[in-house]
Amino acid sequence: MFSYKEIKKTALISLWFVFLTFPIMVIKVDPIERIVRWRWDNAIYVGVGIFFTRFLIEYLKDRNNKRQAAKRSANKESQPIIHSIIANPKQRNIVIVVLLSTAFIFPFIFSTYQTNIMITALMYVVLGLGLNIVVGMAGLLDLGFVAFYAVGAYSYALLNYHFGLGFWAVLPIGGCLAGLAGLILGFPVLRLRGDYLAIVTLGFGEIIRLVLENWNDFSMGPSGISNIDRPGFFGIELSLNGSIMYLYYIMIVLMIITIFIVNRLQDSRLGRAWIALREDEIACQAMGIDKRKTKLVAFSLGAFWAGIVGVIFAAKTTFINPASFTFLESAIILSIVVLGGMGSIIGVIMGAFILILLPEYLRAFSEYRMLVFGGILVAMMVFRPQGLISNIRRTYTFNKDQ
Amino acid sequence: MTTPILKVTGLTMDFGGIRALNRLDLDVCAGEIVALIGPNGAGKTTFFNCVTGIYQPTGGDMILTPPGGHKSINLKGLKPNTVTEKGLARTFQNIRLFSKMTVLENVMIGRHCRTHAFIFGAIFRTKATRKEEKEIIEMSYSLLKEVGLAHLADEFAENLAYGAQRRLEIARALATEPLLLLLDEPAAGMNPQETLQLKELIKKIASAGQAILLIEHDMKLVMSLSDRIFVMDYGKKIAEGVPAEIRANPEVIKAYLGEDIDA
Amino acid sequence: MDYFIELLFSGLTRGSIYALIALGYTMVYGIIGLINFAHGEIYMIGAFTAFIVATVLSIYGFPLLAIVVVAGVAATVWSSAYGYTIEKIAYKPLRHAPRLSPLISAIGMSIFLQNYVLLAQTSDFLPFPELIPEFAFMEPVAHIVGSSDLVILVTTTIIMLILTFVIKFTRIGKAMRATAQDRTMAMLVGINVNNIISATFIIGSALAAIGGLLIASHIGQINFYIGFIAGIKAFTAAVLGGIGSIPGAVLGSLILGLTESFATGYISSDYEDVFAFSLLVLILIFKPSGLLGKAETQKV
Ligand SMILES: Nc1ncnc2c1ncn2[C@@H]1O[C@H](COP(=O)(O)OP(=O)(O)O)[C@@H](O)[C@H]1O
Ligand SMILES: [Mg+2]
Repeated sequence: MFSYKEIKKTALISLWFVFLTFPIMVIKVDPIERIVRWRWDNAIYVGVGIFFTRFLIEYLKDRNNKRQAAKRSANKESQPIIHSIIANPKQRNIVIVVLLSTAFIFPFIFSTYQTNIMITALMYVVLGLGLNIVVGMAGLLDLGFVAFYAVGAYSYALLNYHFGLGFWAVLPIGGCLAGLAGLILGFPVLRLRGDYLAIVTLGFGEIIRLVLENWNDFSMGPSGISNIDRPGFFGIELSLNGSIMYLYYIMIVLMIITIFIVNRLQDSRLGRAWIALREDEIACQAMGIDKRKTKLVAFSLGAFWAGIVGVIFAAKTTFINPASFTFLESAIILSIVVLGGMGSIIGVIMGAFILILLPEYLRAFSEYRMLVFGGILVAMMVFRPQGLISNIRRTYTFNKDQ
Repeated sequence: MTTPILKVTGLTMDFGGIRALNRLDLDVCAGEIVALIGPNGAGKTTFFNCVTGIYQPTGGDMILTPPGGHKSINLKGLKPNTVTEKGLARTFQNIRLFSKMTVLENVMIGRHCRTHAFIFGAIFRTKATRKEEKEIIEMSYSLLKEVGLAHLADEFAENLAYGAQRRLEIARALATEPLLLLLDEPAAGMNPQETLQLKELIKKIASAGQAILLIEHDMKLVMSLSDRIFVMDYGKKIAEGVPAEIRANPEVIKAYLGEDIDA
Repeated sequence: MDYFIELLFSGLTRGSIYALIALGYTMVYGIIGLINFAHGEIYMIGAFTAFIVATVLSIYGFPLLAIVVVAGVAATVWSSAYGYTIEKIAYKPLRHAPRLSPLISAIGMSIFLQNYVLLAQTSDFLPFPELIPEFAFMEPVAHIVGSSDLVILVTTTIIMLILTFVIKFTRIGKAMRATAQDRTMAMLVGINVNNIISATFIIGSALAAIGGLLIASHIGQINFYIGFIAGIKAFTAAVLGGIGSIPGAVLGSLILGLTESFATGYISSDYEDVFAFSLLVLILIFKPSGLLGKAETQKV
């Protein structure tokens, strides 16, 4: 691996990247003051960085190949730890109890600030699980997911502003409106091929955002809507800390419900149809599955969850404007699903925690957040398309000898 | 004479300038094995695609008559899933399994159009849903046994050997409880032993009264299995009859010039 | 009437820039069936490279003509290099992957490149140096048609002619058409498909770079985000014309440019981008094969 030939090749690749990134990385001009800064150190970083990255990649590939070969000769599949824990009911229950109790006491141990971050992470878990139905299970690349999130958030903001409706009243309304929006959009677009669908949903997401930005009478334009009520607690006024804690528990419950429902959906006739649809649409139709209807259900269920989280988002921040609903938001949620493993519930949960919490805690790194998200999408597709935790293969236990 | 289950008349299919099917007539009666043969590119697969709703034919009618005095249905213009629901199920010449699903799940998908559980049932696992799910699993498993794949039920479909994949496609199609089973070159790529197994399997399926329409290149298989044979070339029917008639038909011999059909 | 002509020319100018970008989408799609989502970013990088090089040269006091030529060449070279490299990193390993994988990879690449430029340069809008002088002979009509409009129209026309020639008559153009029609057959007759794909990316990127240079000097400012919107609009144009079809891309671009120009001129400029997005959604829903594209039945 460290042969002369390899080293030479790696060095050449590094040089190529130094050349490639030269104008953007090295030169910085100030057109007003008319100053040119030559940042030669950046060229060195790029060169060295690429050099070692390539070795790392080659090393990992090599190791992976060897492992795979070993696995094939041993003729058995090694399971990731998580899968073996899930397979063992005793271990699984222990893990669940530990996780639940940690989740329960979290706001008592950590500061309000931390709790707030956790709420955000939980929101992305639920968003990820929602998008996972659409992208992961049904294989529909929805790049306008954020539009449904916006529908939920604006439903609450507007209904609260105009009619004084409370959080709990709007939560189902917001979800249903988003689901309805999904149904209405999905009806014409879901017969499109996968890649066109991606672009149409992207376009639709942008249209919604632009309309929110420009239709001042309806949405109050770029300045947004403020003073949205926080969730009510049986008519009792909560302190700021109290209401954050309250929201935290709401999110925990919502996440558990979502996991439960998504899990059940996945293990049902409908879930199987989604996965089959992702695998081969034509075979699926030939087996009697109504493609249109099955897709539409996935699409609007995903939208429903986005709407629910949208309502919570509005209640959490008490202020929303169109800037919160850009394409990048959809891209973040997509990264969560892709990183975690499309179709894998545990994977998506982990993906959300990694992608949302890491940048929060590694402040130095948070600037590079979107750069890393983009990189992750590419790297996962190239090196590990099944995601961190690939979906467990469902087996069925029953009496086999009738 | 009984009314045929499937009666196709004047079926025509154009792709741009190419006429892949030219006023084709064909019929299959209950309990029959009918073969559709012809050189490569004759339009056999296109015929299947038109009948199953995957292509919309340019002209012609396809009448499906369920046995037992039910009303006839014209399949023209129906979506593929509706055609399957009405009682036609097929396999594909280029195997199209759900490769990342298990063997058992592949067959379970075939039960989709005969079962009903939806969002509500999925989330709340009502009694009816659980019962239905149990039936799906049991029936799928017994179909796997029938095609000899039960021991591989939990494998990924993509890990199966070629011959096994073809048999899995048959099991999946049977799971839809078809009135008529359409098999597109089921023996393609199989070795002689696998072909023999396949022959036994088709016989077994047919002996239960299942009507089968079979596209196949292996003449030995076709001649020994079929009750009747349709021969087509360049999208046209050039002959039809019992195996002995087809073997002696000069037109057929001309279309198969150089190929051995006496095998 | 003057207003109408002004809008007409501004529409044509816009349209011809879109065409330069749309060609890249359509060519790549024609060859590997991928919506190269990062293509807008290639255009942005072309504009940025031109901006950096032109500003440096103008600070060091080079004459205008030298600046224009060097900036143009640099933009083309570097954009092509990016296009080539992106294909090798993000798409080539995924040639046999499920159809959505390269698309997701492309989206990732697009986000990555945007933020790469944002971090390495700045998020501010930067004033682009004036590369196209006001011609004296344009004086009488300057209130309707600017000099830069003229330059853009002439340049794009010349480039289209060259491209048509390359694709119709040169070896590489023929190989490209063969590969687009049937990749396996092309391989069998001895065409090196990998090279053809690389060439397609390089040519598409070069066109986008020229588009980037022209529009940046026309509008007079750039930032890291210009590629996203321009990319989607050019893609809209490509789909409108029928993706995969080269004359279609040009036709679609001109229609889109004119639509935008008249719609913003006569209706409202608030919704400028909404027109394009709505057009995109409508075409994909009602005529996904576009104006000049062929509707295909998937072979089963
Ligand atoms: N989707 C399609 N588009 C264009 N031509 C097609 C399509 N499907 C089949 N054909 C053409 O129809 C003819 C018959 O093909 P096919 O039905 O596959 O033949 P067979 O199955 O008898 O070998 C061939 O010439 C084939 O190229
Ligand atoms: Mg065929």
